[in-house]
Amino acid sequence: MPRRKKREGKGKEDARAAEAGPRVDAEALREAARRAVAARADRALAEDLVDEHEREALEKTWGDPPGLWGWLTTVNHKRVGKRFIATAFAFFVAGGILAVLMRVQLARPENNFLGPDLYNQIFTMHGTVMMFLFAVPVMEAMAVYLVPLMVGTRSVAFPRLNSFGYWMFLFGGVMIFVAFFLNVGPDVGWFAYPPLAGPEYSPGKRADFWAQLITFTEVSALVVATELITTIFKLRAPGMSLNRIPVYVWSILVMSFMVFFAMPTVALGSACLIMDRLIGTHFFNPAEGGDPILWQHLFWFFGHPEVYIIFIPATGFVSAIIPTFVRRPVFGYAALVLSLVSTGFIGFGLWVHHMFAAGLPRMGASFFTAATMMIVIPSGVQIFCWIATIWGGRPVFKTPFLFVLGFFFTFVLGGMTGVMQASVPLDLQVHDTYFVVAHFHYVLIGGSVFPLFGAFYYWLPKITGRMLSEALGKLNFWLMFVGFNLTFFPMHLLGLVGMPRRVYTYQPGLGWAGMNLAATAGGVLLTLGVVVFIFNFFRSLRRGAEAGDNPWGASTLEWATTSPPPSYNFLHIPTVADRDTLWKQGPDQPVVVGLRLDVRQVLVTKMLDAEPEHKEEFPTPTPWPLFAALATTAMFIASVFTPWAVPVGMIPVAAALVGWFWPRKHQAEERAPDEVKERLGEKTVRQRLEALEEVGA
Amino acid sequence: MSARRTVDVSGLPTFAFGHHQLTWWATWSMIFMEGTMFVVFFVSYFFLRTPVPDWPPAVPPPELLWGTVNLVIILASFVPAHLTKKAAEELDLRGARLWLGVSILFALAACVVRAFEFTALNCKWDQNAYGSIVWVNLGFHTTHLVTDLIDSVVLFALLFKGPLDGKHFVDVSENSIYWYFVVVFWVLMYAVIYVAPRLM
Repeated sequence: MPRRKKREGKGKEDARAAEAGPRVDAEALREAARRAVAARADRALAEDLVDEHEREALEKTWGDPPGLWGWLTTVNHKRVGKRFIATAFAFFVAGGILAVLMRVQLARPENNFLGPDLYNQIFTMHGTVMMFLFAVPVMEAMAVYLVPLMVGTRSVAFPRLNSFGYWMFLFGGVMIFVAFFLNVGPDVGWFAYPPLAGPEYSPGKRADFWAQLITFTEVSALVVATELITTIFKLRAPGMSLNRIPVYVWSILVMSFMVFFAMPTVALGSACLIMDRLIGTHFFNPAEGGDPILWQHLFWFFGHPEVYIIFIPATGFVSAIIPTFVRRPVFGYAALVLSLVSTGFIGFGLWVHHMFAAGLPRMGASFFTAATMMIVIPSGVQIFCWIATIWGGRPVFKTPFLFVLGFFFTFVLGGMTGVMQASVPLDLQVHDTYFVVAHFHYVLIGGSVFPLFGAFYYWLPKITGRMLSEALGKLNFWLMFVGFNLTFFPMHLLGLVGMPRRVYTYQPGLGWAGMNLAATAGGVLLTLGVVVFIFNFFRSLRRGAEAGDNPWGASTLEWATTSPPPSYNFLHIPTVADRDTLWKQGPDQPVVVGLRLDVRQVLVTKMLDAEPEHKEEFPTPTPWPLFAALATTAMFIASVFTPWAVPVGMIPVAAALVGWFWPRKHQAEERAPDEVKERLGEKTVRQRLEALEEVGA
Repeated sequence: MSARRTVDVSGLPTFAFGHHQLTWWATWSMIFMEGTMFVVFFVSYFFLRTPVPDWPPAVPPPELLWGTVNLVIILASFVPAHLTKKAAEELDLRGARLWLGVSILFALAACVVRAFEFTALNCKWDQNAYGSIVWVNLGFHTTHLVTDLIDSVVLFALLFKGPLDGKHFVDVSENSIYWYFVVVFWVLMYAVIYVAPRLM
């Protein structure tokens, strides 16, 4: 703004000077004006040249080595994010195929397409894969890609840890599928209750592989949560104070904190389970003073927050998509953020409602009924904020927005059946029936998969640089929406008429056959929807329209850079003056200069108001995270067969971590050498540090 | 004069201590998740204790001697850990080497005494659920002792061998913060393993 004013001011001065009298020669004035224009053009040209030079330098610094080595050693959050998303989506497809197999088996009574043993493995794998290998990882993966762009920085914090998290996730997923194909897939349900999952009733290695998969995915989730929290708190562009960060980024912050408190519980529980199975401990063995209910507490203290770990980022997608497609800022920013935070807290107070049938004291059950009903309040606040946003805007019905509307419909229905089950008598009635299956698919697919597909349509143009087809997108949406409801709505009724979960077949004459056939038909439509999406994606890579920087005219920072973004994200780190920064900023919003071009320097800012604080050097491509993940994988898998794998396997893990940590000489020397050397020799460095900090502040 | 308005950050320092820098957040993240695990282990201990009339069931409580010795050692180790942190934050290389070395000696002593503790628990992990939870609790804390010992040794080697820069002093300072966490949770765990069976 000030620059424009100045220019206008100058123009006025000149005009006034021209009016002032005959002393000013009109020719000289024209000449001066021409020179000023030329100078400005020169300056623009010079700036373009400088920009071009800086782009090249940054690309050289932030780019990866070519070929396979570059692929294996990259620590770029966008490359890792993309493969994270692709891998999680591949597991979604695999889990979906398992679901279709189950639907085929259940399409008619006394079908013998799958036997009971294989069916047990398949429903366990389906739940495990969808929850541990798809839902949570895909939400983290999207955040790994998007959050650094949305907060305006060059990288995720701890990029090597990010890469390690991805490899752990990949290796864990491959392990469980290899086990499954070797007929040692888990067959004890995705929550593996002892005593069924204990050594007595599940001999063999099936449950052990399940328990180790949990460890893999928890390690991955925890490291990713760490780096996301740090990115959000410390790497935001100057000016992006906490009350200006996009609602989506808030949702990722809340999710990451929930991961901190939820995931350790199940990691510890699964460790106890595997110890019960392998080295004869008795945590869950009632004959020796253990208690299977302890497992249920440990599992659901993680398991219920898990639902919100999946759902909260999905609401973040919704809060990002709606404003863009109704062309106005989101209504009730503070209310939305507070709802997310309170959902995060209340989400930890509900776990016992999964255990109403376990015979707990009535007083306890009442408390958890109340808590379960209470969580409807923040969810309701969010939904009303979104409705108000849409109400006050002008909706554009593009595919991402359609998925958001589909989310409203299905999620609200799932929420309703959720409130019904908060009441103990009703819960006992429908416990372990298809009513529960219907409920949680409405919540999880409605609450997470629909927003996720909306997010794919919304952000894929940024990631690939190509638009997806709108026509195919609409076909995709309607196939999924109709298919989903046709699959899962009849399950409510099936549950109410008494069809239990986890049965591989049922007798004719119970009145279940028609609804099961309808559900299977719906499953086919749902699958077709996903196939259309995959086709649309690959088609867009070849024939999609160029997306440009900001195809939707959105307001957040990821749309301020090219599509796909360069390795360094932004030529100049932006500054932020408003929540909807691209909508509100003036033409001369300042940019950050002074970061080095020849090393991977990242600007660190203050947690609350994002004032520049210091610059940190980030790591270059390295194979150590891969080595560390391989060593850890070897240890985890071997520990299924012998407990000695843990102490022995720790040695290569420790070696890999030391290799990871140990500084490389040229790097340390490159790192602002005079500054550091000077400081190492000086006695009053403390004062110097303070002085420098003052300059920074 | 540039047409572009800019915020120049070229004068900012390249490292900082405490919550200003990124490693501090990673350290505290680690403390949050590991702390959650400790707490869940404690809760599991008391969950298993609740329905049982006699605790510990059928065995005497762990002997006090080695656990208490370790309580003293680990509490005392707070001092060198703190001095290491202070030296690191003043970029005092000699001080950091000295006090990190002393911290390592304390950690080594704690690990050795820990081995004796395991022999004095009066139970085995596969005896009953009490034995399982006691062994796993102590084992979990031992894992932390050993990992932090390895961390410290690596940092110690780095302080002598280099190549050093400012960031490594930050690492030394963070290492002390993690040790504080190990100290605090040993006090709590001592109460659970050694005191609780005598009081309840």
